[in-house]
Formats: sequence, C-alpha cells, structure tokens
Amino acid sequence: MITLSGVHKSFGPNRVLRGVDLTIAKGQSMVIIGGSGTGKSVLLKCVLGLVKPDAGTITLEGQDVTRGDRDAFLARFGMLFQGGALFDSLRVWENVAFRLLRGPAAMPKDQARAVAIEKLRRVGLKPSVADLFPGELSGGMQKRVGLARAIAANPEVIFFDEPTTGLDPIMSGVINALIREIVVEMGSTAMTITHDMSSVRAIADQVAMLHDGVIRWSGPVGEMDAAPDPYLQQFIHGRATGPIEGVR
Amino acid sequence: MIARLLAQIGRPVLAVLAAFGRVTLFGADTLRHMVTPPFYGREFAIALLQIGWFSLPVVGLTAFFTGGALALQIYSGGARFSAEAVVPQIVAIGMARELGPVLGGLMVAARVASSIAAEIGTMKVTEQIDALVTLSTHPMKYLTVPRVLAATLAVPLLVAVGDSIGISGGWLVGITKLGFNSATYLKNTTDFLEFWDVGSGLVKGAVFGFIVALMGCYFGMNSGRGAQGVGAATKAAVVAASVMILAANYVLTGMFFTS
Repeated sequence: MITLSGVHKSFGPNRVLRGVDLTIAKGQSMVIIGGSGTGKSVLLKCVLGLVKPDAGTITLEGQDVTRGDRDAFLARFGMLFQGGALFDSLRVWENVAFRLLRGPAAMPKDQARAVAIEKLRRVGLKPSVADLFPGELSGGMQKRVGLARAIAANPEVIFFDEPTTGLDPIMSGVINALIREIVVEMGSTAMTITHDMSSVRAIADQVAMLHDGVIRWSGPVGEMDAAPDPYLQQFIHGRATGPIEGVR
Repeated sequence: MIARLLAQIGRPVLAVLAAFGRVTLFGADTLRHMVTPPFYGREFAIALLQIGWFSLPVVGLTAFFTGGALALQIYSGGARFSAEAVVPQIVAIGMARELGPVLGGLMVAARVASSIAAEIGTMKVTEQIDALVTLSTHPMKYLTVPRVLAATLAVPLLVAVGDSIGISGGWLVGITKLGFNSATYLKNTTDFLEFWDVGSGLVKGAVFGFIVALMGCYFGMNSGRGAQGVGAATKAAVVAASVMILAANYVLTGMFFTS
C-alpha cells in the first residue's frame, strides 16, 4: 500500500502540491487525472524520490520512502515514462534488460537477453526488434519497449506517466489493454497519471482527481460518472465551461 | 545611488561565485563516486574511444600546422638577432610545454565538452536521467565518472601524440623551407628537450581533460528544458571549459616553471 499524507511541493513561488492525501491499496490500479500543469507528474516523482517534497510523508507498506536502502526501494518499482525515456545508445534488449544486467543480482548476459525477449513478446513485439536501437522504432513501439522495461524485473509497483500521449487512438487502445492485462496478471500495484479519459476507463480500479494542488475527488472508477463534484464532471466530459478555468 | 551601483556589481560577482561553488561541489562529488563502486567498465571504454581515439585527427592536424607555423615564426623572429638556429629547440619546448597541451585541450574542449553536454542535456530533457535513477543506477556513476576518468587519461596521450606531430611539423618546415639539415634538426630537438618539458605538458593534459569532461557533464546535468536549454548548456560547457583551461594553464605554468 502506498500512502501520501499532506504532501507539499513548490517550485519558487509556484505551489504545485498543497497537501496531497492519497492511499493506493495493494494490487489496485489507481489513475490520477487532472489538467496539464496540475502537478500529476510531480506527485509521481515525489513517490519515486526524483523530486523531494517540501512537507508531508510518503510511505510504501508503512515504510517512509525517503529512508532506508534506496536501491532496494527502487528495485520494487517499474516505470513507464511519458516519452519512453529509452537509452538511445543501447539496443532495445539492453534497454529492457538494463536493471537485470546491473546491481548485486545481475544476471548473465544471455539470460538477461532471454528475459528481455520474453518481455518484448509479452508487449507484442517480435524478437527481431531486440537488436534494433530505439531511434529505429515508431512511437508506439517505443512505448511498448518502455513497458517491457518497466515490467522486466517483475516489480511490485508500476508507474505509468501519460502512457498514451502522442499515440493514435488504436495504438492508445492497445497500450491501455496491455497495461490492464499486465497489472492484473502480475498482481502489481499501479499508479497511472493521465488526462486521457479512455485510458482512465480502461486501466483504473480507482480514480483520483488532482486540482489546485490537492486531491479534489477520489473513488472507484464505476462511481466517477455519477459523482456530483462539478470539477470532476467538467474534466471527464471535457467541457469548456465550468469551475475549472480554461486558458483561451 | 552608490548602493544601487554596488548591488549591480555585487549581483554578477555573487552569481559567478555561486556557480564556481556548484562546479566545485560537482567535481568533489565526481571524485567521491570515482573511488566507490560500482564501476561501469563498458561506459568507460566507450568514453575512452569517443574522447581519445576520435579526437586524434583534430588534435593531430592542429598540432601539425601549429608546429609548422611556429617554426616559420621563430625563424623570421630569430633572424632579427641572428638566432635562426634555435628553431628546433624552441619548437620542441614550445610544443611540449605550452602549445601541445593548450591547443590540444582547447580542441578537445570544442569537440568533447560540447558533445558530452548535448548528450547528457538531451538525456535530461527526455527523462533518461530520471529513468536511470528509477533503474537503481546513479547518473553520476554511470554518466559522469566514466567520461571524466576517460578524458583525464586520454587527453595526456593526445597531448603526447600532438607534441610528436607538432615537432614533426616544425621539422618538415625546417628541412623543406628553412634550409635545416634533417639530422641536425632532430639532434638539436632531442638534445635540448628535457623530461620535465614533456612531463609538465602531460600533467597539464590530464588537468585539461578533467576540466573538459567535468564541464560537459556539469552543464549537461543542469541543462534547461527543450532544445534551447540543451543549446545553451552546450555553449556554456565549451566557453567554461575553454576559459578554465587557459586559467589553469597559467596557474600550472606558474607552479611548474617559476621558482
């Protein structure tokens, strides 16, 4: 279980997170929605320790994420970045097997390559892709490779940062379905940030809406459409008018 | 009025001092990570190839033409006081002590500091640095240490090769255009060149290599957002590395050759 209590983060005068309280139950898929610039990515990076919160606590299974062995902590996570964040200088299989090839529990190269090819197959990519470089792949294929890298070490928790941004609707549907299948299959806890409502409906067990630096609404995905919160309703229906100010 | 003037002077001075402090801390952090595991041998080998081997043509050509031009200058200048015969000795000493390491360092700064800053800056803006962290890999250990170590070891070798090529350039000009006897030219070169002339240049090369890679990594890691941020980081890395090489050269020359 991941618990965030009173998490604050500012960048200069810009107060991005103003006291985020959120609980993600073990094995659940939590999707965090909210407009661009509301701090969704910052929240996710706070959990991973990539950004240090100014105040508040974040715990994983009751342990403060800022204390203890950092490598051991990070080994429990997998992450799919918005743009894939694949290492250009490494081949696809080396990207997928990056964690497997390094650290105290490093695998022999052949074994790591076999695992990488298996994970690539799991996300619908042929073994022939393994020896290509990321620059030779389409955006959708890069997302799949990023997904394969995120699940390569069978993590307990997987984060997905805008998994369908920049993809066509069909490829978005494929990625959403893959994420859902993998999360269910691996029994992992998942935290996804997106503003793509089709992703929300495909991936989420629980939904939380971040607005003005706090969690505005949270609940099961099935209750989202009937929720009375006007901010949530404006966002999920994409209305130009409502309590959330649009920039014209 | 006076307070405003002082503030206008003080602000950039403080900014420069703060930047110098950040670079110093970054350098200290790099040295600390250099002596603690894990080490990334593959990344070190790639950096050695990129920084050392692929810089050879540009350093070699620079040294060759510099050695030739130096021979011409010393000959024409020396003619004013009948000292044309010192061309071999001055070319050798000038290349080994000063021009080999400084021009080699500057050429490597132009080629390597820019490419390191651009590469790491791009990795930063495309979240590859964040990805490294989430994969339990320290960016300083994986990106900075191999490059700084490789540059510190490779640049002295480049300087040594550059010295040889520069002296050869002087020799070629000496025997083809200035009327020197080949054997006499080479004998004068070897007789008057002392070990420390070459050794001091190699030490300078190591310091310049460290500076070049450190600046490339520092500005890359602190790159701003987007293409403009990476471009600014690249430019700043080359400028800072070049200025620091010239400043370090003055300090090292003072240390080595003034008693």
